Amino acid sequence: MPSDRAPLSLKIAAGAGLLFLHLPILLIFVYAFTTEDKSYQWPPPGLTLKWFAVTWNRPDVWAALRLSLQVAAISTAVALVLGTLCAAAVSRAHFFGRETVSLLVILPIALPGVVTGIALRSVFHIAEIPFSFWTIVLGHATFCVVVVYNNAVARFRRTSGSLIEASMDLGADSFQTLRHVLLPNIATALLAGGMLAFALSFDEVIVTTFTAGQQQTLPIWMLEELVRPRQRPVTNVVAMVVVLVTLLPILGAYYLTRGTDAVAGQGK
Amino acid sequence: MSAVSFDGVSRHFGPVRAVDAVSLDIAEGEFFAMLGPSGSGKTTCLRLIAGFERPSAGVIRLFGAAVQDQPPYRRPVNTVFQDYALFPHLNVRDNVAYGLMIAGQNRADRHRAADEALEMVRLSGYGARKPSALSGGQRQRVALARALVMKPRVLLLDEPLGALDLKLREQMQDELKTLQRQLGITFIFVTHDQGEALSMADRVAVFNEGRILQTGTPETVYFRPDVPFVADFVGSSNILPAPLVARLTGTHAAAALRPEALRIADAGPLRATVTALSFLGTATRVVLEAEGTRLTALLAKGAPRPAPGDTVALAWDAGDLHLMAGA
Repeated sequence: MPSDRAPLSLKIAAGAGLLFLHLPILLIFVYAFTTEDKSYQWPPPGLTLKWFAVTWNRPDVWAALRLSLQVAAISTAVALVLGTLCAAAVSRAHFFGRETVSLLVILPIALPGVVTGIALRSVFHIAEIPFSFWTIVLGHATFCVVVVYNNAVARFRRTSGSLIEASMDLGADSFQTLRHVLLPNIATALLAGGMLAFALSFDEVIVTTFTAGQQQTLPIWMLEELVRPRQRPVTNVVAMVVVLVTLLPILGAYYLTRGTDAVAGQGK
Repeated sequence: MSAVSFDGVSRHFGPVRAVDAVSLDIAEGEFFAMLGPSGSGKTTCLRLIAGFERPSAGVIRLFGAAVQDQPPYRRPVNTVFQDYALFPHLNVRDNVAYGLMIAGQNRADRHRAADEALEMVRLSGYGARKPSALSGGQRQRVALARALVMKPRVLLLDEPLGALDLKLREQMQDELKTLQRQLGITFIFVTHDQGEALSMADRVAVFNEGRILQTGTPETVYFRPDVPFVADFVGSSNILPAPLVARLTGTHAAAALRPEALRIADAGPLRATVTALSFLGTATRVVLEAEGTRLTALLAKGAPRPAPGDTVALAWDAGDLHLMAGA
């Protein structure tokens, strides 16, 4: 008979694992309030809220934040359209090479970001596309599509094909069927996929370093800021914001798809 | 005018002839069964009527109008799907009202119509539930109400009772029959269960390998099968091979003999050895072997029961031996 209480050793192991995962993040939060701005000194000599005000008044933070939000929003929108269409094609139609297409769609998430980044950079170079906002979006879309596709394809598989036939049988044309039957049935999967895609795009560094020109997304800005020992806690304040902005959609996605198929596609 | 007519309709999937040059006429107001084993083409025929499949050849007419190029949403037919296909994101009332919503009827009217349809299938008060909160039998009634609320001229039912347990199935058979009589519209249903087809339908078409082997009333296909396949599939008739029949009657043709028409008698034209007995409640099933042919007899309660290994004489009324075309 297994006991319904975990043994002490297991509890300690679980606690240690959680600490290992989350202590560094907590440290970042603490340093956002320190009074010392040249180096990270432990324990903080004093606590202050002034870095929030300083951050608020830094135009470079706002520019980076605005760029990141725009890139994430547009990459997600592109991914929603392309990912859903891919998923619909793969799960609805039977055509030669279907499994291969499925694998090729998922592949970018398994590729190291460096490879994706270098590949895109050489393509942009060959095609003589100047680096811009749109090259960043293109880079991010490569992995955002995968996340949306994975969520949508799982939902399509569980949506019976006869639902579409039933809708048409009851007088609905293709567009009405899409609007009244198909979309409501895949909406939560798309929302979950979209939120994950947004979060992934928002904190992406590697691909962005290869596909951005002079522009700085928020994570790139943070990376640069760490090198310069000026007003260091500002970076921590921004880090807190990034954690929160990224965490909320992921939690949302988790709750929306709870009890349904696993939300695939993490990492990158 | 026929409600549904097929004129040389075929549907090929690659090299497979799922439906092979089928012609058929179903009258208005008829309760019509398409009976056959799985893969015999009966479901494809139903889907051709609904418009989910396009024929590879031939003409399909609904009330005289050729419809083979019309999409499903332009045909005056509605379908009850085998898996019911209820919309999981809508409650029962909105499921039933779906077709009326698409047709542009306002909310109050379509909800009233939906509630009436639910009352007709005895599901009043279930309107606010989600399909997932219903039992199999209730889901089937919702699917029925959702199709009937559209007032179709032809209702198509794909294995309507397949997923129900025995008791519910018998109850639904009666209900469907009553509904069809009340509404007076054409019901076409697909089934692999010959008992279901015989007890519900006005006429039965027996399918095998994409073709219709025989169409007729339940009595005709049961008692007067045209070919051995029909005799065997519709209620497991004994099939006597042509040489044996030639010796018994002088005519060289295979013949069907219903198990309940066989009697164990003191004297008879055929001698057989009893190989097995099984008690069925109202009757006893006896398996016999006569000149290399396996026969089944159903003995009524009270008839003398032989024992396995006995050699007995078999007799029957001359009218019960039905000669068939084909080998």
